[in-house]
Amino acid sequence: MKSSHSIAVTATDQSAIITAEDVVAGYPGKIVWRGATFDLSRGELVAVIGPNGAGKTTLFRLLLGLQQPISGTIKIFSETPKRGNPSIGYVPQRHVIDNETNVECLELVHLAYCGHQWGFHLSAKAGRKAALVALEAVGAAELAPKPLNALSGGELQRIFLAEALVSEPEILLLDEPLSNLDIRRTQELVQLIDRVVRSRNVTALLVAHDINPILPYLDKVVYIANGKVATGVPREVLTSERLSALYDTHVEVIRDSRGNVAIIGIEDHHGDE
Amino acid sequence: MSYGANVLIDLEQMFQYQFMQHAFEAGTLVAIVAGIVGYFVVLRRSSFAAHALSHIGFAGAAGAVLLGISPVLGLFAFTSVGGIGMTVLGPRASNRDVQIGTVLAFMLGLGVLFISLYTGYATEAYSILFGEILGISSIDVLVTAVAALVILCAVAFVYRPLLFASLDEDVAEAKGLHMHVLGIVFMLLVALATSIAVQVVGVLLIFSLMVTPAAIAQRLAKRPWRAVILSVVISLIATWFGLTVAFYEPYPVSFFITTFVFIVYLLVRFFHPKIKPAKFLASLQSIEESGLDG
Repeated sequence: MKSSHSIAVTATDQSAIITAEDVVAGYPGKIVWRGATFDLSRGELVAVIGPNGAGKTTLFRLLLGLQQPISGTIKIFSETPKRGNPSIGYVPQRHVIDNETNVECLELVHLAYCGHQWGFHLSAKAGRKAALVALEAVGAAELAPKPLNALSGGELQRIFLAEALVSEPEILLLDEPLSNLDIRRTQELVQLIDRVVRSRNVTALLVAHDINPILPYLDKVVYIANGKVATGVPREVLTSERLSALYDTHVEVIRDSRGNVAIIGIEDHHGDE
Repeated sequence: MSYGANVLIDLEQMFQYQFMQHAFEAGTLVAIVAGIVGYFVVLRRSSFAAHALSHIGFAGAAGAVLLGISPVLGLFAFTSVGGIGMTVLGPRASNRDVQIGTVLAFMLGLGVLFISLYTGYATEAYSILFGEILGISSIDVLVTAVAALVILCAVAFVYRPLLFASLDEDVAEAKGLHMHVLGIVFMLLVALATSIAVQVVGVLLIFSLMVTPAAIAQRLAKRPWRAVILSVVISLIATWFGLTVAFYEPYPVSFFITTFVFIVYLLVRFFHPKIKPAKFLASLQSIEESGLDG
């Protein structure tokens, strides 16, 4: 983990690009979580974990400007998040492409490049080139002419990653990209995401149900459960003492010989997300 | 009428009649528009919405006849209000069925009331339901041309955002597109296209021009732009074919149009199998699984 030097260089090029200060999130009449305070720096791979319904997607909605915090401030590049921020690439959760959608992959990635523009462009050359570059970056150039409904789950996730990358974002928000993938595909995708984060120096937030496949690559973790948020270096956040203190109940973090982590004592509660 | 050996002479004979000229002019415009708008209907899986809109249009047309104004006006008024109503009641495209059904049932009820209040001939209702392309006036053609032009310009303007929103709603929304606005624009496009297409195939058969050609095109072309062109070509051929055959045979134009597109659909469906049943089941399963998560 690179905790020590990320603190050391904070003042220089690795200054925080996402900052949250005592953020309370939720909907009118319903608080999902409170007390989120954290800084995320350029080039960090951050896992957002926690039980189902804890409000992980809510954090993304705040960053995307689709929802406003109830109180507290959240800033991206020192600005309040707004919809359509070109510096964010987004892969939504439960992304399902209809089986009848016989549209080629290149076209989808191309639309992520120029689909927000009104009117007509007679030449789509620049956009198609950008789309192809993005597909190459995720090792999916050969999938470009394939229709979306002919892809496997792992291939689709790579296309969605290309879709998020095509506008050359500085922040990636990936909501449960690993769900529905088998162990091998999960490993491949995590390595790909890690490679993209390092080579492009982007900050990636990745919502995951299980932290273990991504643990070796993580710089930080945002742990959301029971209406509270803990953030920091995984080694420091994911400890029995820290989580027990935060949740005011006995929480046990167990590590096996391979470094896998299990958090016991915090239960899933559904329906808040 | 009867066929001759010389096709050119046959065509010449057909176009001597002004009603056939008008029918071809309006039919061509409607086919182009329906082919284009239909692609988005199919892509957005909104065929139920299109179906409902045309039936809502039935109430509008019946009301207009009752008031003694042009049915097209009534059609457009009702379909556009109905379309906006559906979008406002159900903001996400994926689960609008119930809202659509609610509006649809109410509107059909209104339509029945208007028809019963109307003391004129039942043929008016019949032509709204099944189309009456052979009775199109030159003013109708002009109205159709203006409506078609409006639709073409609007589609050219919203083409990419609408395509993006139809393919990938969540990402498009995060990119700053407003789903509500695009949903309403889409519904207005369908409303206007429906209003003019009713003249050709009628309320009940609108799918034959608005959904079937696009569904065929989507199976054959995986680039949206090509699929749109293909969809237009199919509905154009169907319309021309229907008009020509109906000129010589004593059966309704809409019957020939619907039959033609249906046969093409069947041919493409069975001889160009893009959909793999196993894969479809797998995707259903993954939806169910992810549905269990919070």
